[in-house]
Amino acid sequence: MVVRNEPRKGGRIVIVSLFGKKQRTAGEIVAAARDSQKITGTELISELFPDFMEMHGDRLNDDDPSIIGGLAHFAGQAVTVLVIDKGLSAKDRIAKHFGSPAPAAYRKSLRLIKQAEKFNRPVLAFVNTAGAYPAASAEEQGQGEAIARNLLEIAGVRVPILTIIYGEGGSGGALALACGDQVWMTENSMYSVLSPEGFASILWKDASKAAEAAEVMQLTPEALLKANVIEGIIPEPSAHKRFCRNLAQVIQPELEKLTQLPAEELLAQRHARFRKF
Amino acid sequence: MQLFDELKTLGQKHIKANKQAQQNLPSGVWLACPKCQQSVYHKDLGRYFTCPNCDYGFRIASRDRVEWLTDSFTEMDQDIETADPLDFPDYGKKIAAAKRKTDLNDSILTGVAKIGSQEFCLGIMDPNFIMGSMGTVTGEKVTRLFEYATEHQQAVVLFTASGGARMQEGIFSLMQMSKVSSAVKAHSQAGLFYLSVITDPTTGGVTASFAMQGDIILSEPHALIGFAGKRVIEQTMHQKIPENLQDADNILQHGFIDAIVKRPDEKATIEWLLEMNQGKAGELSS
Repeated sequence: MVVRNEPRKGGRIVIVSLFGKKQRTAGEIVAAARDSQKITGTELISELFPDFMEMHGDRLNDDDPSIIGGLAHFAGQAVTVLVIDKGLSAKDRIAKHFGSPAPAAYRKSLRLIKQAEKFNRPVLAFVNTAGAYPAASAEEQGQGEAIARNLLEIAGVRVPILTIIYGEGGSGGALALACGDQVWMTENSMYSVLSPEGFASILWKDASKAAEAAEVMQLTPEALLKANVIEGIIPEPSAHKRFCRNLAQVIQPELEKLTQLPAEELLAQRHARFRKF
Repeated sequence: MQLFDELKTLGQKHIKANKQAQQNLPSGVWLACPKCQQSVYHKDLGRYFTCPNCDYGFRIASRDRVEWLTDSFTEMDQDIETADPLDFPDYGKKIAAAKRKTDLNDSILTGVAKIGSQEFCLGIMDPNFIMGSMGTVTGEKVTRLFEYATEHQQAVVLFTASGGARMQEGIFSLMQMSKVSSAVKAHSQAGLFYLSVITDPTTGGVTASFAMQGDIILSEPHALIGFAGKRVIEQTMHQKIPENLQDADNILQHGFIDAIVKRPDEKATIEWLLEMNQGKAGELSS
């Protein structure tokens, strides 16, 4: 796997690993992002961090396991970790609603982000979700409010927040953890306003046109990098250990850069990051 | 058999007569309230366009609302155009048609308004502009409204009505949620007041950003407020959802809005709330 650092406009670094690779269609990337062999959140945590303690609960009345939150060390630095996990066993997957966080999960993550701010820990978020949990119960618990609160509060959090989309990045449910300082995508991932199926059924009243929709939506890492929505693409070999090494290789220097910035500067950059759209 | 034939012909005659009568009746004279199903004579909706039976506020154009809500209004940012970032087929035509229909450049009207002595920044989303969906121009106009308000130390009042993010602008619509949130945060940190008034329907990315970020959140009676659409919930979860799940009453009961205000009371309520919330932290408000 070739990893190349290439300076881009604005001094940002992009890691490109796509030499000699066949150009894939958007439909193929969507399929790869949803692949069942994809690394799970729990495996990712155990590969990436030498120690990890999970923290539960939104301190209101609930705990939702679809976002795993906790504390860990990364390269000797204490960090707060948030991982949207689709689960492995059937039971696990049902408990986690197949990786669709309920409002309690977003409230828990915001609680942990606020705690990270208090103790000056950077936040690492890993996103793989088809979208926020679309159930009647989630509506009554205020799904919209939970995401809105995350977006509002994270805009002012004075510690670095770095997000990696490692599978699906579905709509507001993904954005709620991807509104920090940097967003990276792995090679086999997507990030979009809606699933291609939903998009096709809204616009063309035909969910079977999903592949066509994927093409128009520009949801591939390459297209999003070009549009400046993300910072870069991380190569994703099928071996999970190697994949995690790649993740660490990107996270470590970027986190170091971000932690050196004064908080005011960090917030100004975060604001500018979204102001340009 | 003859009797049946007779009935059949009579029935047909009857239908025919009805059809003629329908043609003589201009459309829109009688309306069914979508919330309480009551038939309403159009003149009974009155100036505010509300159901006399259940107080539901019918969907109205931004420019009509400005008429009865404010004492004066100066529009801003009416010339921004979408760059059509996805180069989406036929999107230009759709925008042009919506512009003609609403006399707006996108799904929100923004500007500086006055009610009595209170001057404030006002934004009103228009459900007639591609279902009030939030595109890049909508996001930009809301952001600029908050930036203007922060700079001029003014409160913001936003009327929301939206089907969510604009599909034709893809990920760039999604980014508006973060962009606006950042501007709302800056406004809030400057100690300024933001009032959001939710109107029918407010869903998706707008609910999940500025609609739910107000210091005070009001709603019109029976407005639909939600994140996921009804069909999405039913198709994904294979569960039938209750009719009132996303009704303002239910949302109020679950604690997500401060109050439901009838349309004729909005002007006075907003003026009163603006007056109540002009204090600054650390100073005793008079």
